[in-house]
Amino acid sequence: MNASAQKPDRTRVRFLQGNEVCAEAALYAGMRYFAGYPITPSTEIAERLAERLPQVGGSFMQMEDEIGSICAVIGASLAGTKSMTATSGPGFSLMQEAIGYAVMAEIPCVIVDVQRGGPSTGLPTHASQGDVMQVRYGTHGDHSIVCLTASNHQDLFGIVVDAFNFSEIFRTPAVVLIDEVVGHMREAVDVPAPGELDLTERLLTDVPRDVDYHPYAPREDDRLPMSNFGGVHRYNVTGLVHDMWGFPSEKPTIVNDLIHHLYLKLENRKRMLTRWREWSLDDAEIVLISYGSSARSARHIMENRRSVGVPIGMIELQTLWPFPSELIRARCRNAEYVVVVEMNMGQIVHEVKRAVDRPERVFLSNRVDGEMITPTDIKHLIRVIQGKGV
Amino acid sequence: MIERFVLSGTGGQGVITAAIILAESALYHTEYNAVQTQVYGPEARGGSARSDVIIADREILFPKVLEPNVLVCLSQMAYDRYCSLVRPGGVVITDPHYVKRWQHASSRHVEVPLHDTAMRELGSTQAINICLLGALVRLIPIVPLDGVRDVVSRRFPERFRAANSAALDLGAGLVQESVTTF
Repeated sequence: MNASAQKPDRTRVRFLQGNEVCAEAALYAGMRYFAGYPITPSTEIAERLAERLPQVGGSFMQMEDEIGSICAVIGASLAGTKSMTATSGPGFSLMQEAIGYAVMAEIPCVIVDVQRGGPSTGLPTHASQGDVMQVRYGTHGDHSIVCLTASNHQDLFGIVVDAFNFSEIFRTPAVVLIDEVVGHMREAVDVPAPGELDLTERLLTDVPRDVDYHPYAPREDDRLPMSNFGGVHRYNVTGLVHDMWGFPSEKPTIVNDLIHHLYLKLENRKRMLTRWREWSLDDAEIVLISYGSSARSARHIMENRRSVGVPIGMIELQTLWPFPSELIRARCRNAEYVVVVEMNMGQIVHEVKRAVDRPERVFLSNRVDGEMITPTDIKHLIRVIQGKGV
Repeated sequence: MIERFVLSGTGGQGVITAAIILAESALYHTEYNAVQTQVYGPEARGGSARSDVIIADREILFPKVLEPNVLVCLSQMAYDRYCSLVRPGGVVITDPHYVKRWQHASSRHVEVPLHDTAMRELGSTQAINICLLGALVRLIPIVPLDGVRDVVSRRFPERFRAANSAALDLGAGLVQESVTTF
């Protein structure tokens, strides 16, 4: 459960920034096209890929802005290449319209959002986790989306690979949501050997040329075999509600089926999509729930309090969307208090309250001044909840 | 064992590069774990620069340094800002060319004349961060000097190898004995 605690294998360990890990993991996953517009604190992803992609036969394009970047990524992916872009909050806002297009047209792509302080241009070089809800609801219309995160570089490597796999399996945009601390921090990462992590390649149709191909007819498992755009099949791709050929339709049954498909293909598969870690929950009266860099502080204080006999445990979420409500409900059943640790005014805390019975047990431990939340910040809140004062 | 470093100075001096090399040396040449973070400012040169390094024999969770055992200041502004953070029993390392020190009862103060020595022996302060690393690992012997030498030689182009190696030895030569900080 806790791979990061193991000593890294020094023969293949590398000392990298989180952003560099994102770049290397994307290459490992088979990403061969990146279009982006550099923005702090995500710039090192573009910087590294500008160097690395040509070395592996891929393409790097610096675009005129973030709108161009995500659109180029969607086009490259539709044509058959695993593609990615990376940005931060301001750029992520600009991408929302095209992310909705990728959701509707079911085009796999990966977007890394290295969060910084907001709103607007906000705090470019400081830590925040304010984009969690934007990932889920930033683009309009009913849909679901995949959002993964990590608190350490070893997990981050695997999470980026997972994002590409989920994106291919479900033909959906997948967002890797990290924050300034994880993006800029350097620590050891044991880079997996080729073949060590499972990779999902694109599911291509076996319908031959000149035979009627239905690009938007889901199989029973909700997957849709693709045909590289510009290849052997001619088909329509649109942001409008469409039928199984991809042509616009306003027929209520078709609309109804498509919206259900877009939503349920992910929401019905939380078991497969949920990544998490947990510590010391068996007898925990206090359960901490955290994610991203905040989870490092949460685990720090959890270990510290455990060592003096406080019955405290922790869940670190790595899948934020679709939200693993059943997991949270089950794990928090016996807790006296649930403390959600995040660097925003309360985003995941609302999902936790919706998931658990007796939501009055749920408290928020947060920090929004651009500084990373500290173990002491969390300890103080726990003491206040316990009626002990700080 | 856990050692918390803050390396601070002015943008352009290379303190952040020195911090990265220190952490990387610990990772590759000791059995310890290492984590490095830095405070980013919008400026590339002339502004303040600070980088935190934690080296420990266990998993490092909280990656920032709130109270360093070892504080390096290569500018007056950094010294004035961070001096009070040092843990009791910790050590503050400054260069008298840059920093006019004030008294501190709870920490030790080591002055290392990096600037003047580098100007005299090397003719410039370009490698002052490498000199600093030499002095630092002699003072706090957590990483072998040759481990740092190895990481430095792999980080920079071949043509700088001899000069950097000399700078490292020059810095190490400025420190007579090591100190214990915990």
